[in-house]
Amino acid sequence: MNWEVGSTLNIGVILGSVIGIAAMLIWVERRLLSLWQERLGPNRVGPFGLLQVVADMIKIFTKEDWVPPFADKFSFVLAPAIIMMVILLSFSVVPFAPGVGVIDSNIGVLFVLAMASIGAYSVMLGGLSSDNKYALLGSLRAAAQMISYEVFMGISLLGVVALSGSFNLREIVTAQEDGWYVIPQFIGFVIFLIAGIAESHRLPFDMPEAEQEICAGYHTEYSGMKFGMFFVGEYLGLVLISSLITVLFFGGWLGPNFLPPIVWFVLKAAVFVAFFVLLRAAIPRPRYDQLMTYGWLFLLPVSLVNLLVTGAIILSLD
Amino acid sequence: MFRLIKDTLTSQVHTLWLVFKHAFVKADTVQYPEEKPYMSPRWRGRIILSRDPDGEERCVACNLCAVACPVDCIALQKAETDDGRWYPEFFRINFSRCIMCGFCEEACPTNAIQLTPDFEMAEYVRQDMVWEKEDLLINGTGKYHDYNFYKVAGKAIAGKDKGEAQNEATPVNVRSLLP
Repeated sequence: MNWEVGSTLNIGVILGSVIGIAAMLIWVERRLLSLWQERLGPNRVGPFGLLQVVADMIKIFTKEDWVPPFADKFSFVLAPAIIMMVILLSFSVVPFAPGVGVIDSNIGVLFVLAMASIGAYSVMLGGLSSDNKYALLGSLRAAAQMISYEVFMGISLLGVVALSGSFNLREIVTAQEDGWYVIPQFIGFVIFLIAGIAESHRLPFDMPEAEQEICAGYHTEYSGMKFGMFFVGEYLGLVLISSLITVLFFGGWLGPNFLPPIVWFVLKAAVFVAFFVLLRAAIPRPRYDQLMTYGWLFLLPVSLVNLLVTGAIILSLD
Repeated sequence: MFRLIKDTLTSQVHTLWLVFKHAFVKADTVQYPEEKPYMSPRWRGRIILSRDPDGEERCVACNLCAVACPVDCIALQKAETDDGRWYPEFFRINFSRCIMCGFCEEACPTNAIQLTPDFEMAEYVRQDMVWEKEDLLINGTGKYHDYNFYKVAGKAIAGKDKGEAQNEATPVNVRSLLP
């Protein structure tokens, strides 16, 4: 067995640990939320409640996996598979550390954006095939939100791409040896962060599944492991966005030598995961039209100006 | 646009900071089965029937508690001893109906029925939630230590005629008051 980018062992370890971490995040999020809400959170199953995940998994696997008779069977079953598949595929281009990764692709950034676009199909199909008005409303919101926020997500990344001169995520990380891109591209970072939350439709931008307004949105009709896949898919998306922020703006695995590169990567990503949980704990959900107005009338011009200024500065320095 | 940025910084970021500070506040949670919360003596929990300082039942089966009960969970039947005391032949509280409102305690003229700070009354069988008089009676006086109904009331029982109770004047013969 060799240990290099793309080896079988490498793929297996990455796949296993990414899914494992995503599942553990259910516990992490509940504990962190309760920390900030002055509660204790799940602490009974196993040490510190760590086995809560196992209990949740047993529960979700033994639940009845029910397909509503009025639903469109094929796309109903397909939808949760898409979101898992798409996000796991996105992880294939993420450079975790030197020698750790699945593909060393020279179109890594584009691949991630493309996969994020396909991810929109998951929630759309899930909501449409459910034949339920709340699910339909949720998927309508999801489609509009994901399509519009992809625009600023892509444009905010272009500054980084222009600075590093490469679409390869691994080269973007090595190009940050002189300084993290969060400093020259701070506006791009903030826009990517906001767009990332909207893409993974987590609170405060969880309009597609807002419990208080439209039940559970697009996964109202889902149960059992199909719901579990949407659920874990959301946490996978959270890990993915955190990893991407780390890679694009915070120098990926780069860090002082006393810790191995992979540890630096995990630490940085963990900080962003915790930040996303803090966002969930602190910020209330905006109205749906506010989200769209905010996106198109504020984030789009700002990201365009950011790109233009970045390009102008790079050209003048040449 | 600048107002939006200013609002974001002053409102949203400030909110994040405020919530983050809660990480350093001790959790309010009481880890219940291991750690018992403090229950106030006036807590309205499991209902008991108390006895007077002499050890006799306080309940005189007046039915006021059963009437006051908004969910009709109290059932009792009056009986009388040879010396003239009234007592409940049976006294039954259906705790699966009881809402612990405390109206029975307020209605009770003899301080017999009282609510206690105990709330751990879960059962596996619904029928076990029905408590009979033997289950409800306790050996103490509850919250009122000195009160003894027959010692202060004007009711005549064996060994205590009318006018012999505490702070009670002897009855006046109304016919002797004629002018």
